[in-house]
Amino acid sequence: MGSYILRRILASLLILLAASFLMFALVTLSGDPLAEFTGSNAPDKARLIQERIETLNLDRPFLVQYFLWLGGAIGCLIPGMSCDLGVNLSNQPVTSLIVDAFPTTLQLVLAATILAIVLGISIGIISAIRQYTAFDYSITFLAFLFYSLPIFWVAVLLKEFGAIRINDWLAEPAVTLPTAIVIAGFSALFFSAVVGGSRKQRLLVGLGAAVGAVLIFVGLVASGWFSNPGMGPGVVTIGAAAAAVGATLLFTNLENRRVLFIALGTAAAGVITAYAALPLLEDPSWLTLFGLGALVTAIGVGLGWIFGDIDRPAAIRAAVLTSFGVGLLVFMDRTVSSFAAYSAEVNGRPVATIGSKTPNFNGTFWEVTLDTATHLVLPTLAIMLISFAGYSRYSRASMLEVLNADYVRTARAKGLTERTVVLRHAFRNAMIPLATLAAIDFGAVISGAIITETVFGWKGMGVLFTSAVQRDDAYQIMGVFMVTAIAVLLFNLIADISYAILDPRIRLS
Amino acid sequence: MTMRESIEPDMTPLGPLGSEGPEGPEREFTIKARTQGQMVRRRFIRHRGAAIGFTALVIVIILAYTSIGFWKIPGWWYLGYTKTNPIVNGGAPTLDVLPAFIDGDGFMIGPHPFGQDQIGRDYFALTMRGTQISLMVAFVIGILSTFIGAVAGAISGYYGGQADNVIMRFTDLLLTIPILTIAAVVGNATGNLGPFFLAVVLSLLIWTSLARLVRGEFLSLREKEYVEAARAMGASSPRIIFRHMLPNAIGTIIVSATLTIAVAILLEAALSFLGFGIRSPDTSLGLLISTYQTAFSTRPWLFWWPGLFIVIIALSVNFIGDGLRDAFDPKQNRVRA
Repeated sequence: MGSYILRRILASLLILLAASFLMFALVTLSGDPLAEFTGSNAPDKARLIQERIETLNLDRPFLVQYFLWLGGAIGCLIPGMSCDLGVNLSNQPVTSLIVDAFPTTLQLVLAATILAIVLGISIGIISAIRQYTAFDYSITFLAFLFYSLPIFWVAVLLKEFGAIRINDWLAEPAVTLPTAIVIAGFSALFFSAVVGGSRKQRLLVGLGAAVGAVLIFVGLVASGWFSNPGMGPGVVTIGAAAAAVGATLLFTNLENRRVLFIALGTAAAGVITAYAALPLLEDPSWLTLFGLGALVTAIGVGLGWIFGDIDRPAAIRAAVLTSFGVGLLVFMDRTVSSFAAYSAEVNGRPVATIGSKTPNFNGTFWEVTLDTATHLVLPTLAIMLISFAGYSRYSRASMLEVLNADYVRTARAKGLTERTVVLRHAFRNAMIPLATLAAIDFGAVISGAIITETVFGWKGMGVLFTSAVQRDDAYQIMGVFMVTAIAVLLFNLIADISYAILDPRIRLS
Repeated sequence: MTMRESIEPDMTPLGPLGSEGPEGPEREFTIKARTQGQMVRRRFIRHRGAAIGFTALVIVIILAYTSIGFWKIPGWWYLGYTKTNPIVNGGAPTLDVLPAFIDGDGFMIGPHPFGQDQIGRDYFALTMRGTQISLMVAFVIGILSTFIGAVAGAISGYYGGQADNVIMRFTDLLLTIPILTIAAVVGNATGNLGPFFLAVVLSLLIWTSLARLVRGEFLSLREKEYVEAARAMGASSPRIIFRHMLPNAIGTIIVSATLTIAVAILLEAALSFLGFGIRSPDTSLGLLISTYQTAFSTRPWLFWWPGLFIVIIALSVNFIGDGLRDAFDPKQNRVRA
């Protein structure tokens, strides 16, 4: 394994070297960094030109320019050496530009990728289990539709309908017939498809879901929930209990009272901790939050360890998952609760269309979180839609293949429950090929980020790149390019290695 | 083939494949002798999404190329895409597809069905012009990159050794680079040379995935008996490649070519949107969206129509690709519902 990884890293470095040379040649030969001076009539034009020629080494041969750049760039890959990616046309060092822009893009790309993976895989698996049903066909169609959507078009549409119209609506929430119809239709379709069963059953579930959704919606609007949302202790407790039941279901089954009670106990510990520590949660730091989370997790693990008995591993896993779920729930509850205050501070336009944060915004921890979230939501949605399609298609195909495998039939023949067969036997193996997809998809996500950042005015790598291309700014293009190329190569490497770890049939060396 | 079908009790042992279910019409068409081409065509037509997609694409192509004409041939639409006209109806679309019993005034095309832009140009003509260019770029990329990819993959898979090594390392290189970054640099430098040149340049960048697929196919075809037979009869390598092996890899190639066209439509649109693709005075669907994105609040139709056409084209092509994949799949002898 070690030698394989080493060889892969060496090969990746060679590819990186070749790619950098190719790109450098393209960039320096295609653009003219002196072009902006041709129309200029600045009095010191000759001096400016001379200066630029000197800073960019334009009077040296192309190969010398490349090796000078490479000499500085290699320092970035070796710890301890100074990292120098040259200067851009405005004489700013590219390294610091990238250091500023990278976290912004990473935030966007990570959020979108994680959401796309989680949603895409869950939907793909449901679609595989319900093969050739209305749900499966609709998901297939939707996946094709998302594949075919130009991301910039979606982004502009999201800006209009996801931000401007939603903000208008939030200013004066009201139930109109079209919104009610849309909500009823969506919930009816979704729930009837997920539940499945006979036509009558699906019809009843759909009808119930539609009526229920509209009633909840009307109730929320009437009680003014949208201008001051929150979950309250009741909903948090119910949610925590649901998380405990879900975690138990995932690792064992509900008949296993021992694990169920341990998970429920963890959930209770989480809720109690959250409300006991309420003063601490007024304006916490990440450290406080992680500390509280670790405390609850430790309680859960302790419960599992002491009372787990024969089911100790499953109980501990269920407890950890439960504490994670409860933590997420409490986090969301606290964040959403500060919505009214936040909304007032940004003049009642909570969903943002420009930038990654409100400039000069100072608030409590929760308000800052909310600020980030409202800026993230639309660009993330835009990028997510497109990779979501890929994940749902691939996980569906992979799941179908596994479900037809002999060992799944064996598992069914042993009399295992459908849930055990799907989650424990089929799901795990179906996920293996998806490791590769995540790596391939990453390049697409970066391309998506370049476009989305342009539309939403994020000051990330994408904008750095497009502005550099517009100005023929060779070193800035190279800087962005190297970061993306390294990221893609790294993801490919991780995918190959994880593939080998997950699938014991694959031998590397 | 699932388990259920292969253990069907009243299976007809005389069926040519011996594994077909007993349902009436299916048995009928497996027994009847058909050539490979006929079977593929039949499966393709029966794939509902593919059939609809194919029809939609043909309609869009005909609409785009006959309405305003192309090259020196005039079209049937009465307005050109460069001429400014007096503003009618505030520039809003005059197209009305709702019949009279819903909104009272019936179906109508009107003088400017897609509306007009700020200076009064007919937006139907402009959209059609954009569609023409986008389609042209996509098809040139599809055909050219397929050609390059197929030849490179064939050489790589057939000869192996040094040629294989060089070609595959080169594809490694191109597959590592996010396509949009390199395309933006190249497009920015060559964009003023016109749409056709842009298409050629982009095809030079996106042939690599097909080359991989064809290489894989050739590696297995190379070991087949008929290739051995051809070689024993003294056929030259080019003859074996082009006459014997490529036709057997045609399914992979056609499917991939179709999907490349869908990718190309979106790539060109994205590049033009960023300003690195098609330049004015030429126009394309992506450029139209880019030009009019700020007009969304005042003249939303300027934004809707080109986007709609991109989605229709890309969606149709994707469905056609899906249908072709099913149609060429030799393991499949059942028609998908």
